[in-house]
This record gives sequence, structure tokens and C-alpha cells, in this order.
Amino acid sequence: MSLARSLALAMAGLVLATGAALAQPTEIRIGVALEPPALDPTAGAAEAIDVVVYQNVFEGLTRIDETGAVQPGLAESWTVSADGLTYRFKLHDGVRFHDGTGFDAEDVKFSFERILAEDSVNAQKALYAPIEAVEVIDPLTVEIKLSRPDGLFLFNLGRGDAVIVAPESADNNANEPIGTGPFAFVQWDRGSRVILERYEPYWGDKPALTKATYVFISDTATMTNALLAGDIDGTNNFAPEALAVFEGNPQFKVLVGSTEGETILATNNRKAPFDQLKVRQAMAHALNRSEIIEGATYGYGVPIGTHFAPHHPYYLDLTDTYPFDPDAARALLAEAGFPNGFSATLKLPPVAYARLSGQIIASEFATVGIKLELINMEWAQWLEDVLTNKDFDLTIVSHVEPFDIGIYADPNYYFGYDNPEVQALNEQLNASIDDGERKTLAQEIETIIAKDAVNGYLFELAQTGVWNARLTGMWQNAPIEGVVLRDIHWVD
Amino acid sequence: MIGFALRRLVGFAATLLVAAAVIFLLLDLLPGDPARFVLGINASEASVAALRAQMGLDAPAPERFIRWVIGMAQGDFGLSSTQKVPVAGLIAERMSVTFPLSMLAMVLSVVVGLPIGLLAARRRGKAVDTALMALAQTGIAIPNFWFGMLLTLVFAVGLRWLPPGGFTPWGENPGAALRALILPGLALALPQASILARVMRTALVDVAEQDFIRTARAKGMTRDEALWRHGVRNALLPVLTILGLQFAYLIAGTIIVENVFYLPGLGRLIFTAISERDLVLVRGATIVLVVVVTATMLLVDLTYALVDPRLRREAP
Amino acid sequence: MNARRLLAHPSLTIGIAASLLLALLGLISLVWTPYPIEQVQIARRFADPGLAHWLGTDHLGRDMLSLIMSGTLTSFTVALLAVLIGIGIGVPMGLAAAAWGGAVEWLVLRISDLTFAFPAVIVAILVTTLIGPGEANAVLAIGIFNIPVFARVARGGALSIATQDYVAAARLAGLGNAAIAWRHLLPNIMSLIIVQGTIQLSLGILAEAGLSYIGLGTQPPATSLGLMLRDAQSLFLIHPWLSIAPGVTIVLIVIALNIAGDGLRDALDPRLRRQELGHAAG
Repeated sequence: MSLARSLALAMAGLVLATGAALAQPTEIRIGVALEPPALDPTAGAAEAIDVVVYQNVFEGLTRIDETGAVQPGLAESWTVSADGLTYRFKLHDGVRFHDGTGFDAEDVKFSFERILAEDSVNAQKALYAPIEAVEVIDPLTVEIKLSRPDGLFLFNLGRGDAVIVAPESADNNANEPIGTGPFAFVQWDRGSRVILERYEPYWGDKPALTKATYVFISDTATMTNALLAGDIDGTNNFAPEALAVFEGNPQFKVLVGSTEGETILATNNRKAPFDQLKVRQAMAHALNRSEIIEGATYGYGVPIGTHFAPHHPYYLDLTDTYPFDPDAARALLAEAGFPNGFSATLKLPPVAYARLSGQIIASEFATVGIKLELINMEWAQWLEDVLTNKDFDLTIVSHVEPFDIGIYADPNYYFGYDNPEVQALNEQLNASIDDGERKTLAQEIETIIAKDAVNGYLFELAQTGVWNARLTGMWQNAPIEGVVLRDIHWVD
Repeated sequence: MIGFALRRLVGFAATLLVAAAVIFLLLDLLPGDPARFVLGINASEASVAALRAQMGLDAPAPERFIRWVIGMAQGDFGLSSTQKVPVAGLIAERMSVTFPLSMLAMVLSVVVGLPIGLLAARRRGKAVDTALMALAQTGIAIPNFWFGMLLTLVFAVGLRWLPPGGFTPWGENPGAALRALILPGLALALPQASILARVMRTALVDVAEQDFIRTARAKGMTRDEALWRHGVRNALLPVLTILGLQFAYLIAGTIIVENVFYLPGLGRLIFTAISERDLVLVRGATIVLVVVVTATMLLVDLTYALVDPRLRREAP
Repeated sequence: MNARRLLAHPSLTIGIAASLLLALLGLISLVWTPYPIEQVQIARRFADPGLAHWLGTDHLGRDMLSLIMSGTLTSFTVALLAVLIGIGIGVPMGLAAAAWGGAVEWLVLRISDLTFAFPAVIVAILVTTLIGPGEANAVLAIGIFNIPVFARVARGGALSIATQDYVAAARLAGLGNAAIAWRHLLPNIMSLIIVQGTIQLSLGILAEAGLSYIGLGTQPPATSLGLMLRDAQSLFLIHPWLSIAPGVTIVLIVIALNIAGDGLRDALDPRLRRQELGHAAG
């Protein structure tokens, strides 16, 4: 063999060897339907923000894991006083923000005072209202005093709204998020994508991925093409109607999991005729849950009989409180004084499950004499009409906050349910930190709101993710808003 | 000519000012609170009020209008309410996609449409002519988003020759950026090419019957030579004007195709901005579009009048 | 214009016949469809074309034939109303510009520019955000965009006639501008308007499809061909028929209208073609 040929072969061998080593990819491109308006999770409510940054760029004192349990985050351990009012957190050492500045107890104090400030724009400020004071004991120890015991306090610390930010960078987090997480923000090409890269000096276990690109694709058909063409490697929540494209395909895996989204037919309890129990009961009897789930979620939704997530240990199956029975519905309407039914409007936000459910429910209600006019609107309009002005009859929306049954204890909330019994029970629930006691109280509330047919309880949204078959480590369930990159990696 | 040009320029400025006022007024009427939108369902009244003050939404209307116009004259289009970055920068970013896309679509439509029209005219009355014109009829009738989907399925998903969408910035990889624009460019170009083919054919057929062609042939030129040397040049005038209009239409009308190919273009920016009630952004982006479209039409009119002095009364 | 001359042009006959047939399909849906289009029957969704449902059913179990009929009616109605707006406002504007000239003409042209300058999609989005989505907005947005088109056509047509002798004679006889516009200019540009009308009608159908596709046009439980395309888009790889049916219908309607328009142009006045070029250009 000539020298040239041997050299050529050697070169080829070298290229192949390095090529093989590089063949284990460490980058990922994730498709996301909604682009976040900004990247600061403490200053905006959009779920899209958490999808990009929660637990990736930012971290809190605690973090929520895939099962919905509270795990240590920036706080490596904590103690709670006997009266449940004082929490002392021991923070990890050697943590840095992505701009190089150090992390210590002062940053924790800053973050919480920022949430509670007069001019705070934190969307969940009310959740942290029990915090009375935040005290720096030493650079690695911080103490938080509450005004009353709060059973959800540790969980709330793990939400995206309470991630720790630095005073040096907080003001610009909306555009250039600087956190302590395993991934650092690189760039945001608006309308197109966000790029994150692994933060090498990260204090904890280094993730396997070195680079993650979130690509914003709003159209389902377009997302389908992008997945099939390999332009993106997966998406955490794909429209259920097109899942069939990927289900039989060995190149993809479909992950079906739960979310915290209770989808309800929200009813304006203040407004006639919905202030009458019989009318609400009639509507409940007119709902054919399985038809709605099949039609709107292609069978992936999970039926609910009350405002609680079915996968939660405190859930009570109350789906049979008012079973599907159009005759019973008509009879109740007649008793309530509407023998020929009545007309009402159904305002629908721009999400597929709402629009589809709306059409199905309109058809179902028509058979018992309730004529619904469907009014489609954009989110901004919906927020103003329904949420702020409470100007609506019926609407369909999904409440995605974890453990939000407390909204039934707020008479000023948009659906206007005012029941002193529920309010009292809820106060007890919030104050209790005993698991058994909390379960009993929660189930009592669940039963009352189901019997009162406050809203039409439709289904729990599922998370239907489509991923390249060679990926693993993605969260199947969504106990909290976010797409956590920590454990995702490629396998052969 | 100078007088004409000056009068048109004054008209141009007047149109812009009125357009700005219209945009401003319409957007003020929009229901929906931008601050509430940013903060979401569970936010408190106090947070919303705080953000409204921060966003400067409480000053009287005329004051805000004047501030806006003066700002624009200095190149300051304000700060986007939802994205907290200068609107001018956002628009420039998006224009770097929409503008080349429109140019590419125009080039493709010319390259495809004009030769087809020429061919059909040369063979007019024969089978080729009928077939090509039938093709053109179909091309006009197919919704461009539908066609875009078809193109993606064939070339991106099936053959994997081109990306199904998305966009890499020019600075990062100009080759990839260009490749990303090919399929959307084709989708946009289809109806335009079909229109051009038909107009070109009609114009040529018309011209072919005119006297000066017969004269040229009498002088010894073949029909093709006469058609090319005299016919095409005269037929180009209406074609050129259509091209100008098409460009204006393309710039503004790309939103649907941008959706299909998830391109970060100007159309999608405006669409999202309106749903998020980012009034500053909507205003800025819309006025830029209006300026581009009006300026294009101004250029078209001026060119037309330059070429054909008869039309200086004001091109119809 | 006489009937025999019309019939001598085959493309005209075919075009008009096809357009009328499709319009009839839509009109019938006003009084009767095989099934009511609001009736949702999840159990019967995605049925293949068969005896019970000639064109199958969609993702909500609604009968496709009924939807196509109703959708055709909506598309036609929206496009027609938009054309009427364009003619109703645009033609008087254009005639006024031609008859009066001077400041009136300048004003008309500037309003025309202004309306042209507003991208139709943007107008649609703004109107939708102001008064909510629905067919009315599509009509408004497309109608607004039609106004400058008809203004230009009317003005261009009137200008080329206004120089003619009988108009000069009318002026000498003492007729004012308004009377001249009404009695002499208008009848003579009618053919131009009709031809442009068919073109704008077909463009209107496409525009409605586009607007419904991005969610701004017709809203459920009503239906339109564009809305059907939108609903079927994500299912294209699984149930392609749901997208092909409305898509092909749109293509057929637009081609029919365009052929009719071409035929009308050829039949009414060969002179028109030359004038058409001038206007299509400007």
C-alpha cells in the first residue's frame, strides 16, 4: 500500500472515530406553541415564561419535582418552628448567578421583598402575603417569618413566581434572564427562538444537555411538519388531534401525563338564572362528559366531578353527583321556571379545548332547551370581560395553578360563589399543616362545590408530549408549569 | 415633471399623517387592558394599577399622539409594552425577514410568470396556450397557505431538501437563511406568477395586433423578432406597474405564510402584538408598513409618469 | 350587449354557468341541508363518504356536504357584500374624481391611497379586535380594501370617456357635473365595473378563506370554506379528505368566477381589454 493511501486511510479512520464520539448529541430543539412575552417569571403570568426558564435558568429555595413533591432547591435544608410560623433555611454554598456574582441570603431577602413590594408586578403576590419578614442570619442562612401557618408555603416557594433573583440583574430579567440554574440564557430571537446553554460553573449536578433551543411554532400542522422533518426534537404538549401521526411511528415516543389544569364550564353564579341551584343542576345533568372529552381532547382528558386534580391524593371522585341525564335536566329547568329553556352566551378564549368543548356543549344544551350563543374572543378581551368586569354568562377555561381550590372561597372571584361554609373550611385548610387534616378539609370543600354545581366540572387536561424516540428524561406529568431540562439526555 | 413630483410628495406626506392619526385613534378604541394581559388571571388590582402607571397609559390622548409622532420623526418608536425593548429594533429585526421574503417572491414570480406568459402569447390559440393559461387560472385559485402546506409536505417532510420553516438570522448563517425563505417564497409567488403570466400574455396579444408590429413585420422581421423588439417593451409597462403593486401587497400580506412556516416576520409581529394589546408595538409596526406601501406606490406613480408623459395628470 | 353575442363566447357561458351552479349550491343551504350544521355527533366523527353522509363527516361528526353547502353560501355572501361596498362607495368616488377634477380628485386619490396603504389583514385584525370576530369583519375588511380598486377603475374608465364628443356636447347643453356623471359616464363604465366585480368577487372568496384561516372571519357554529380549511389543517396527514373537500371547492369557485370575468371582458367590449390593462396596472 502506498504511503498516500495509508495516510488517507488513517485520516479517514481518525475522522470516523471523532465523528463517532461526537455522534452522541448533547443539544436539543424543543417546539413550543406560545412565545413568552418576556422572560421574568416573577413579573408575568404567562405559562410560556416558565416553560423556558423554570428550573432551567432560575431556581427557588425549593423546587417541585415530577411527582409534585417539594424538594430542596437553593436551600439544602430547613427547619420549621413548632407553631409553624418560622422557617429557617440553610442555603447551598458556592452558588453563582450567570453573570458571575455570588448568591447568598441577601439575594433571598431581596427577592421576597421585591415580590411583596407596593409596586410589585408579581402575578401571584397574594400567595406570599403570609410572609411577614425575611431576615438574614448569616450569608448562608435566612429566616422567614409568617403571620399565620401556611400548609402550602414550601410548595409556593418552589413556584416560578418565587425564584431567586439578584439585585444587580433583576430589572433586566425580562429580556436577559440571569439566574442560578443549570442553564444560562444566550439569546432570544423574538418571534423565532430562545437559546440556552449549559452553565459550566453550576453548583449542582451538571445536566447532560449542553444546549437547548426553544422554537416557537403556533400552528399544529406546522409543528407536525417540523417534528416529522426532524427540525425539532420534541414538544412537551402537542395538540391531541394530531397525535395519531406519531403514535405508530417508531421514530417518536408519545408521553401522556397529567397536568394541574381543571377545565370547567365557569358559570356566573351572581347572574340570573344561574343563581338558582336547580338551573345549575340542570346544566350539570345536560353535560355529557365522555362526549366532550372524546370530542375536545380525543380521549386524553380525565373526567372530574369537582375542582381538583384526579391524580392528587386528596381527590374525591364526584363525577356521579349529577350524571348525564337530559330528562332530569329538562325536569329541573321546568321546576325552576324555564319549561322552554332559556338563552345565554358562552364566551370562549382562543384555546382549542375551549372552542371545541364550546361547540359540543352548545349542541348538548340545545337538546334540553338551553340555547347558547358562542362568542369567540382573544385573551385580552376575555380577561377584561370575564375576569375583570365579570360580564359573562358562561365561559370555558382551564385553571392550571396547582391546588387552587381556594378560589371557591373568594366571593369576588369571577364566577361569584359566596358560601360562608366553604370560606371557613378554606381558612382552616390554609392554616393546617397536618396532612390527614388537610385531606379531610379539602374533600369536604370538594363535596360542597360539587353538590352546589358551582361550575360545570368537565375534565383535567392531559399533557401529551411528542419526543424523538432516542430522548429520555422528559417529565411525563406537569405538576407545575415548565419544561425541565435537567434530566433530559439522548440515548442510542 | 418636477411639479408633478412635488405634488405627489405633498400628497404622500398628507396620507402618512392621516394614516398615523387613524392608527392612533383605532388603537385607542381597542378594548382590553394591556397591563391586565401581562399580569394574568390571578393578579391583584393593585399590581395592575401599578403596571398601568409604569406603562404610561393614563395621559390624555392628544398629548400621547403628539409625543408619538415627534418621537417617530427622531427614529424613536417607543418601548414595547410586553417586550420592554425598543420597537424600532424589533421592527428592523422582522423586516430583515419580511423584506427579503417579498423580494424573493417577486423575483420568483417574475422568473416563472413572464416566460410562461411569453410562451403562451407566442403559441396563442394552440394547445400550449390553453394548457398554460389553465395552469395560471389554477395557480390564482389555490389559497397560498394551502399551497405552502403542500410544498412543506413534499420538499421538507418527504424529500428533506429544504427546512419546513423557522429562520436563522442572516448574520449567523446566510445560506440557511436563504434556504429557509425558498418554500415560503414559492408559496407567495404562485398566485403572483399566475397573474403575471396572464397579464403578460394579454398585453402581448394585444400589442401583437397593433400597427407598429405589422410595420415591423413588413420591414422583414419574423413574428417572434417583432414581438420581442417592439411588443415586449410596450407590454412591460402594465407589467411593471403590477409588479410595484404586488410588492406593496406582498410586504403587507405575508402573515399567513409566515404562520405556516413559523417565520419571525412583520405580519406575525403585528398579529401577536394586537392579541397581547401591545399598543406601542402595533402602532409602530403598522405605520412602518403603511410607509413602505405608500412609498412603493409613490415610486410606481413617479416611474409611470416618467416613462409616459401623458400620464402626468396623475396616474390613475 | 345582446344575448347572442354573449353565447358566442364559450368561456363566458361555462364560467357563468359554473359560478351560478356553485352559488345555487350555497343558496339551497338557506332552506335545506342534509343535516343541521350545528349538530355535533362525536360518535359519528370522521365517517368516510357513504350513503348516510355523501361526503363523510368532520371532526365533530357534522355532515361534510351540509358544511360545504353552507360554507359556499358564506364565502359567496361575504365576497358579494364586500364587492357591493366597494362598488357602492368606490364608484361614486371615482366618478366624482373624473367629473369634478381638481381638489375633489386630489381628495379622492388621497383617500384611495390611504385605504390602499392599510394592509387588508391589518384592517381585519383591528376590526376584529374592536367588534369581535365574525363574518361582518371579513365583509368590512375586504370591502374597505375593494373601495380604492373600484374608485380607480371608475375614474380611469370615466376619464377615457370624458374626453369624447358627446360629453362635450352635454356640457355645452348646460348639464352640470353630477348629471353628466350620472347620465353619461356611469352607463358607459358599467361593463368595466361588472368585469372588475367578478374579479374582486373571486379575490374576496380567497381573502375570506385567508381571514378565516387565521381565525378572524367566520366563527362557529357558522361555517365557511376558509374555516373548514382551518379546522382540517392539523388533521391533514390523518384525514386529508377534510382539507381537500373545501380546498377543491374554493379552487373551483375562483376558477369559475375568473373564467366568467374573462369571458365577460371579451364579450362586452374588446376595447375594454386595453383599458383594463391600464387600470390593472394603475
